[in-house]
Amino acid sequence: MIPQSLQANPVLERWISFPSPGKVRVAFGKVEYGQGVMTALAQIVADELDVAMERLDVVNAASGDVPDEGLTVGSMSIEMSGAAVRAAAAEVRALFLAEAAARFGCSADVLNILDGEFVRSGVSTGLGYWTLASAIDLKRAPEGKARWKTPDRHRIVGKSQPRSDLPVKIFGGGFIQDIPLKDVTHARVLRQPGYKAQIATLDEAAIRKAARGDIDIVREGAFIAFLSKSERAVSLAVAAAEQHVTWNEARVGVPALSEPVALKTLPATPWEGGAPPPEPSNRRKHKASYGRPYIAHGSMGPSHGIARFEGETLKVWTHAQGVYPIRGMLARITGLPPEKIQVEHTQGPGCYGHNGADDATCDAAAIAMRRPGQTIRVQWRREDEFGYEPLGTAMHIELSGEIDSSGRLVDFSSEIWSGPHVSRGTALVEAALAPGTPPPPPMIIPFFSGGRLNATPSYDIAATRIKENVVTPPMRTSSLRGLGGPVNTYACECFIDEMAGIAGTDPLAYRLAMTSDPRAVAVLEHIGVLSGWSTRSAGGSGEGLGLAYCRHRDRGAYIAVAVSLVVEKEIRLQRMWCVTDCGLVINPDGAKNQIEGGMIMAASWTLKEQVRLGGSGIASTAWDDYPILRFNEVPPIDVELIDQRNSAPLGAGEISLGPTMAAIANAVAHALGVRIRDLPYTRERIARQLLSN
Amino acid sequence: MPKIKLIVNGREREFEADERETLLDVLRNRLGMTGSRFGCGAEQCGSCSVLIDGEDKPSCAIEVGTLKGKSILTVEGLGTPEKPHPLQSAFLEKQAGQCGYCLSGILVCAKALLDRNPSPSRTEIAEALSWHLCRCGAHNRILDAVALAASRMQVPA
Repeated sequence: MIPQSLQANPVLERWISFPSPGKVRVAFGKVEYGQGVMTALAQIVADELDVAMERLDVVNAASGDVPDEGLTVGSMSIEMSGAAVRAAAAEVRALFLAEAAARFGCSADVLNILDGEFVRSGVSTGLGYWTLASAIDLKRAPEGKARWKTPDRHRIVGKSQPRSDLPVKIFGGGFIQDIPLKDVTHARVLRQPGYKAQIATLDEAAIRKAARGDIDIVREGAFIAFLSKSERAVSLAVAAAEQHVTWNEARVGVPALSEPVALKTLPATPWEGGAPPPEPSNRRKHKASYGRPYIAHGSMGPSHGIARFEGETLKVWTHAQGVYPIRGMLARITGLPPEKIQVEHTQGPGCYGHNGADDATCDAAAIAMRRPGQTIRVQWRREDEFGYEPLGTAMHIELSGEIDSSGRLVDFSSEIWSGPHVSRGTALVEAALAPGTPPPPPMIIPFFSGGRLNATPSYDIAATRIKENVVTPPMRTSSLRGLGGPVNTYACECFIDEMAGIAGTDPLAYRLAMTSDPRAVAVLEHIGVLSGWSTRSAGGSGEGLGLAYCRHRDRGAYIAVAVSLVVEKEIRLQRMWCVTDCGLVINPDGAKNQIEGGMIMAASWTLKEQVRLGGSGIASTAWDDYPILRFNEVPPIDVELIDQRNSAPLGAGEISLGPTMAAIANAVAHALGVRIRDLPYTRERIARQLLSN
Repeated sequence: MPKIKLIVNGREREFEADERETLLDVLRNRLGMTGSRFGCGAEQCGSCSVLIDGEDKPSCAIEVGTLKGKSILTVEGLGTPEKPHPLQSAFLEKQAGQCGYCLSGILVCAKALLDRNPSPSRTEIAEALSWHLCRCGAHNRILDAVALAASRMQVPA
């Protein structure tokens, strides 16, 4: 079978070619943002072709140059793109070997490849990819017949490889912000406070005076941008503009809506699925509700976009999560046909989902269209990123369950209130250019909703049902690492611990008793060993040990996390452990880096993070208002990968967040003897919970 | 505009600038040194930090007019791909980073720490770096890399 991504881009040359001696041109439709995807995909190609990694020239993602693989999201790059490049490389290898075999009048099976040179019985044949390249036309469709290597023949896949994107970043370069541009025009945008807002007054003279330098002002509808050759002038202008503008119908941030439970008061579209309602019974029942507030992506660098319109062509540099989807948006915003828009991906700071990157790109393009011949560089401010990026939505989750006489969970229901986890495809500049245009309603996709990922616990439970209420939130929300999956896992895995408590069973034993999948059993048993679970105390002493498990999206990686911590004035993490089976691992060190990073981000969400609504939308617009976990709060972490080289690779980038959140929560409950269910676990919330008990 | 003199990475640099320009804007826009990064503009994240007379300081808000004659060290002054600083080698060896945006500030901060304390404990490294934010969660690798560099720099030549 031909992998989906290769079917959609069915020309081998688009993926792999041999344009110059000793080099392999490879093109992927995914983009790098520090997760190491380019390195892992290159490993797959190098291994399949039997060439050294150094021979690969990975093409930078630019429209026209690389296959269209949509967005780089959802831990799916290795599963999706990896399958495509492996199949493409296997076809290319087979074509070349067949050509060589035909010339020698032998079977292709007797030929081997050694760093791109073809070898027969240990002797070089004088032929190789580069000598045969002119004889083989790779402008052809894949046939899907070539067989790729079995794992026992892998030489590069499965071995840690240093990331190709890292060196430049250690020596002060590598980011979109660092592209040297001649005669650049710096731009800052004064953001429209909500899609309805219209400019009432704007004192341009006062702003020009405050800028202390020449500035140009682009004003159209409710869109206002300040341009100058001096970055300082535009910085001063936009800061002054906030004092010299008044708006009609500006949005208002209501502090009370910062809490997840407030989602229940907002308009919603319901979806229901699963087993019919439970029959009345005498089984023991338990209900509990959990919440995670709105979360900021918190990219270390505020979003950045560069655009230049000249003649009939728009050239754009972007750190969006793919070059083709943003080109479609740009075509709509500028009115240009897509073929007149060149989009080049350049690495940005980590985004963890849909942050301001698309918006900053569209800002730059909209300004460039109005100032032809100028290279426009839009830099968002920190307060723009916190205040106007799409948030990771708050979620409120109400769980109920029934246990049978043996204590086993046999009936499980979840009702979820959540804003949209996917609202891509429109940009802030569009609303500003045509103020009053309402944003599109939240997407309700019956077969896939980010809010329902991992909505049921990953165990053998006889009856499960889900009701999801997709709420229209007070602020724009969109994808954040893992979508609703981590939040559902947090709730479900807290609930499982609570059920174990009701059943009077050890939480690890309780989980094992409801698990028939041997791969799940393996990660659970191993996390028990790593964390010293057998010597776990009775609890309530202020020291806690907790664990959690899930199967990512019910079909992906198996992952268990354990956390040991101490509750003092605040929660102090002592150690975290993770065991995962994510199938064949391409780059073990890269996977571990992603998994550990996810655990630290999850710890930060759990202990610290909450976006505060207020003022003209979002009140927490600086790092001081939005603390995240710091170096002196991060515990040592052990990540172990179970060797499953004969299984298909499963994505790893998002898998550790949910289990980490729940393991911390379960450790806190163990330490205190009291369950806290609403995140984040700040000092105030812990104190309130202890007092109310 | 007045002429301002600074010593940047050991070299005297003279340029015209408004004295109220931030050091970060001067480094990036006037001197073409992109290693120091804009993160918040409010001295809260560490992405822009440089060493000013050996001390780890944010460059995003400090006015260049206040720095006349001072010595500035940026990540570009630490080492080059051909001749990396032991910290840079250790960061690569430990793959200490994900997106990498925070690393320039962290590297110079670590340099300042090792200059005053050549064999810091893990806790001391974490405390020194604690005002620097990292969102990707590369903290432990970064702590390991700083400790590795420290141990190598201890070895007598």
